Amino acid sequence: MAGILLSHTEKVYITHGVKNEYRSDGRSNIDYRPMELETDVVSHASGSARLRLANTDILVGVKTEIDVPKPDKPGLGKIEFFVDCSANATPEFEGRGGEQLANSISNIMLRAYQSAQAFNLKQLCIFEGKQCWKLYIDILILECGGNLCDAVSLAVKAALFNTRIPFVKAALMDGGNVDLQLSDDPFDSKWLDVGSAPLLVTLCRIGEKCVVDPTAEEESCSLVSLIVGVTGNPKYYNDYEDEEELPAFEAKCSVISMHGPGSVSPQNLRDAINQGIIAAVCLDEALGKTLFRERRDTEQFKRHSYGFLK
Amino acid sequence: MATLRVMDSFLMPGPDLLSSQGLRLDGRRPNELRRIRCKLGVFTQPDGSAYLEQGNTKVLAAVYGPHQASKSKSSTEAVVVNCQYSMATFSTGERKNRPRGDRKSLEMSLHLRQALTAAIKTELYPRSQIDIYIEVLQADGGAYCASVNAATLALVDAGVPLRAYVCACTASMAWHGGSPAPLLDVGHVEEAAGGVVLTVASLPSTGSIALLEMSHRLHSDYFENVLSRALQGCRDIEVILDKAVRDHLAEGWTKQDVVTV
Repeated sequence: MAGILLSHTEKVYITHGVKNEYRSDGRSNIDYRPMELETDVVSHASGSARLRLANTDILVGVKTEIDVPKPDKPGLGKIEFFVDCSANATPEFEGRGGEQLANSISNIMLRAYQSAQAFNLKQLCIFEGKQCWKLYIDILILECGGNLCDAVSLAVKAALFNTRIPFVKAALMDGGNVDLQLSDDPFDSKWLDVGSAPLLVTLCRIGEKCVVDPTAEEESCSLVSLIVGVTGNPKYYNDYEDEEELPAFEAKCSVISMHGPGSVSPQNLRDAINQGIIAAVCLDEALGKTLFRERRDTEQFKRHSYGFLK
Repeated sequence: MATLRVMDSFLMPGPDLLSSQGLRLDGRRPNELRRIRCKLGVFTQPDGSAYLEQGNTKVLAAVYGPHQASKSKSSTEAVVVNCQYSMATFSTGERKNRPRGDRKSLEMSLHLRQALTAAIKTELYPRSQIDIYIEVLQADGGAYCASVNAATLALVDAGVPLRAYVCACTASMAWHGGSPAPLLDVGHVEEAAGGVVLTVASLPSTGSIALLEMSHRLHSDYFENVLSRALQGCRDIEVILDKAVRDHLAEGWTKQDVVTV
């Protein structure tokens, strides 16, 4: 990705390692690196999360605003992704240097969230055709250590899980205006339902095999990578009393995209997509359980907030 | 006394910044700083990095270099200090549309460069460049001061030779019982109330001032008063930064787990 210099021998070493299911940090091809996640780190945002995946550091803040829905989708809210590649990550991002990478990440996130089965925009509706919530999801990339897309999607889902939207009473006044009444109590709000929000999994093709969660060094060895967006399972993000009554869950791909100059055979592509879905389902379960545990700790005042001071 | 009261209200329009007990809107005494917490070496990729929070203002700083200067910037006499100030879009109460490139950020970058160049021993690295990047994660007044303080820590973490710590602090003016009471380390609410804000970046151990800026009007009789309060704040901050550096270094020797051979 950015400014990694590898010699030919180092590349050969990584490629041969992947062939034998053994990577330079001791992982197998389907292992993720350890992650650290903390929600509610920015007090000026409605919801926020910071995710650190080895050296990749992502901070996401969600801000809400009241807006007018689109005429062709009167019952739906709006959602906007903005990615900022901070120059803290690498001097190449100074000024407008990070814009290309930022746009490609925000586009793929938008595509992943566009499907109604991925994220339900109806929950953002205030008054049909007149007023709706607009979510600004601002993603700040503070350090790049490979696998940005996966880290961004995990952090976004965590930040959305952490987002509270105030209850608003809307009444239609004469003249077609809408009168909005907001409660004074900041806790008079609802959590967003993000159970089905998609997670992205990057599969990096190195040699003949695919690896998940590539490091920056591995990314520079690979010619082509595949990004799969897979919808999440609401079961892990809600405490349903009766789990049996839930409809059977099926992970769906909401976005698939290929990056890089290389090519893959259709058979390899199918295998890679399946591998990506399996990885996404595991990630989703781990994320949901972690977020739920953190929310419970917060409610019982057991949580310590660390931020960047740890 | 009654005539004095009238004069007070004439001098200080707007809401009272000090309560009748002499406490400020957020409960601090006039000469009290907000809580400063900081950490050096938060990231591994930059040569030096630091995180600093001053009350609810939170800032990240990263330093790259000294490295070879880009051709257009290169100077044969001294190192080129390149600063970029950027604010996260969610850092302020109202969402910002652009993190950088607007007028305010450009001005902040220039001011940062001025203060930091005064502290760096620039003559040591001709034809080189030092990049200092500031990311404001949360702004609650005094973002410039927090940026300067964080950048100092990041420079120390990067091992860039400094003349002295450079610390920045703001001060404002209020009245308590008819006598002037300068306020230290102005928060967002006090800033928005419309009083004077004096920003000073100084090298407290040498006593010199690297940057001074003032907004709104202040009677020249009180300038000395406010300035000395701000300089006192800089000296207090230097003690805190120095302690953070020493703690970080002590920790580094005992906790060091990566040995490069």
